[in-house]
Amino acid sequence: MDIIVCIKQVPETTDIKIDPKTNTLIREGASNIINPYDMYAIEEALRIKEKAEGKVTVITMGPPQAESAIREAISLGCDEGVLITDRAFAGSDTLATSYILAKAIRKLGRVDLVICGKQAMDGDTAQVGPGISVQLDIPQITYVKKVEKIDKNFARVERMTEEGYEIIETPLPCLFTVVKEINEPRLASLKGKMRAKKAEIAIWSSEDIEADPERVGLGGSPTQVIKIFSPPPRKGGRIIEGSTEEVVDNLTDILKDIVKGCE
Amino acid sequence: MGIKVLKDKCSGCKLCVKACPFTAISIEDKLAVIDLNKCTLCGACVDACKPGAILLEKETAVAHGLSPEQLSQYRDVWVFAEQKNGIVQSVVFELLGKGRELADKLGVKLCAVYLGENIGDQLEQLFWRGADIVYVVEFPKLKNYLSGPYSKVLAELIEEHKPEIVLCGATSVGRSLIPRVAATIGSGLTADCTGLAIERERRLLLQTRPAFGGNIMATIICPGHRPQMATVRHKVMPEAVIDKSLKARIIKKYIAEDKIISRTKLVDVVREVEPTLNLAEANIIVSGGRGLQGTDNFKLLQDLALALGGAVGASRAAVDSDWIPYSHQVGQTGKTVCPKIYIACGISGQIQHLAGMLSSEVIIAINRDPQAPIFNIATYGIVGDLFEVVPALTAKFKQVLNK
Repeated sequence: MDIIVCIKQVPETTDIKIDPKTNTLIREGASNIINPYDMYAIEEALRIKEKAEGKVTVITMGPPQAESAIREAISLGCDEGVLITDRAFAGSDTLATSYILAKAIRKLGRVDLVICGKQAMDGDTAQVGPGISVQLDIPQITYVKKVEKIDKNFARVERMTEEGYEIIETPLPCLFTVVKEINEPRLASLKGKMRAKKAEIAIWSSEDIEADPERVGLGGSPTQVIKIFSPPPRKGGRIIEGSTEEVVDNLTDILKDIVKGCE
Repeated sequence: MGIKVLKDKCSGCKLCVKACPFTAISIEDKLAVIDLNKCTLCGACVDACKPGAILLEKETAVAHGLSPEQLSQYRDVWVFAEQKNGIVQSVVFELLGKGRELADKLGVKLCAVYLGENIGDQLEQLFWRGADIVYVVEFPKLKNYLSGPYSKVLAELIEEHKPEIVLCGATSVGRSLIPRVAATIGSGLTADCTGLAIERERRLLLQTRPAFGGNIMATIICPGHRPQMATVRHKVMPEAVIDKSLKARIIKKYIAEDKIISRTKLVDVVREVEPTLNLAEANIIVSGGRGLQGTDNFKLLQDLALALGGAVGASRAAVDSDWIPYSHQVGQTGKTVCPKIYIACGISGQIQHLAGMLSSEVIIAINRDPQAPIFNIATYGIVGDLFEVVPALTAKFKQVLNK
């Protein structure tokens, strides 16, 4: 089975603030990691491969330094990696990004299953996965929390919803986005790390994937960020002091009207 | 295409360095140099540059979009009336409230779009809450949400009727459906918005949303494509009030059966029968962390949640200790919630947890450690033993609410 995992390199922390004086993002010593949700996608791909045999290819779109994310994925057990990088991609929104990733997947040729994390930790949009499935014209199942059954032609999965889950069957090829509940990602083995060091990573440009220049980067992105700002700071309020009884009476007085309003 | 520094105009004044949110600009030999690997073409430097030495070719984006004449064909504000088991979800009423305001500012109609098996009495819920037109597509195969048929039908309606704005709840349905529709039509979409406003001159929807786990807010526009699409976070905007004197035009749409073929098959819908679970819908959440010390103690929170009519949440620490299922987790890797009251019990207030609950209206923190960071953001703090305070609070509320 040919499985493709789409990953994104993100800053290690989201504890990012805007310096009110300079209006710049403060990323104190933040190093880059694979988006945590994508770690579940990688793990699930490896588990499916171990059961059904096949190959796991990991792809990412990003600046040249995103190569380290590909190497990390290979150290975990992915077979091959592709970095799609081009200055022309700067400013790509979710539509342009899903177009670029879909073009790269088409260039890879055979694909039975595409797995993405539910969303990226920095942007939190959750739009690229569904976008890729539209561009590839394959079915999508979002928020997958369990793969009950899978073979080359068919899968049966559990999809998480607000109230519980749905059981969905789909023909392959298809695309899943996965949630944290699906598995527990493994750690890289020493052997894996050695392999990752030596692995050859394919580096593809916009031309390599035959992308339409009008559909990538800022020019290919319908949405534009026009302003970035800090949310109004939330200040600590009042500490309620006293005996347990006093505290509880006090708090009940404060909350009771809101609670009644909620009924 | 892209961004460049005009060397003859650049004075090396560093204003752009300060303005760049992504630390992509440095000064080398008294000239600004932009690192294109870091630059997102946001344009902050262009506005900051007094000599006008930075050139950003943003027009390209508009050039690839629709012509002014094409743009002007798009009218009306649409709200996707998400239903489950035939019942219109409450986030829809919030969208109708906001949608009314946006439509009035633009001088256009507010429309609701219902896909389902049978709209029944839910129809009046939509026009009592302000929809001028309700588009109804009734079909047994649309009873439950499935990505393929739903996105196909909605994309088709949009292409036929050309709304300028489409809003949908940022629910598990909305965030799966609308990205498909946007990619099908090739228009712009902003996820999980918490603020919507209109710039009347260009008829633009100003879409504000949190990023980086809520540490940064971004305002996003879609200037050259239509419709402007947004999913909107639940519980952020007030519901439209019911006015039974309101009437709407009902437009029933018929879609050819072959359009409603789904490649995926919904085999079963499993409700996890916990009355205190749906965190996204909850107005009140009682949440527990490491301070709970074990599974059994979550019973105390359930009792309080039940007394208040709320749901039970948890921090990652509690979930990772297997004290409570992941579906209860609030925070970065769990759910983002926005209740009226959030009661954090034995939760220290790690940034990842705060990311999921910081927009709650009133935050109560109960923690033994007066230094816990949760007190920095809590509206009301109680430094004390949750094992005493929580049961006492439950008893008191039962009494006050006559339960």
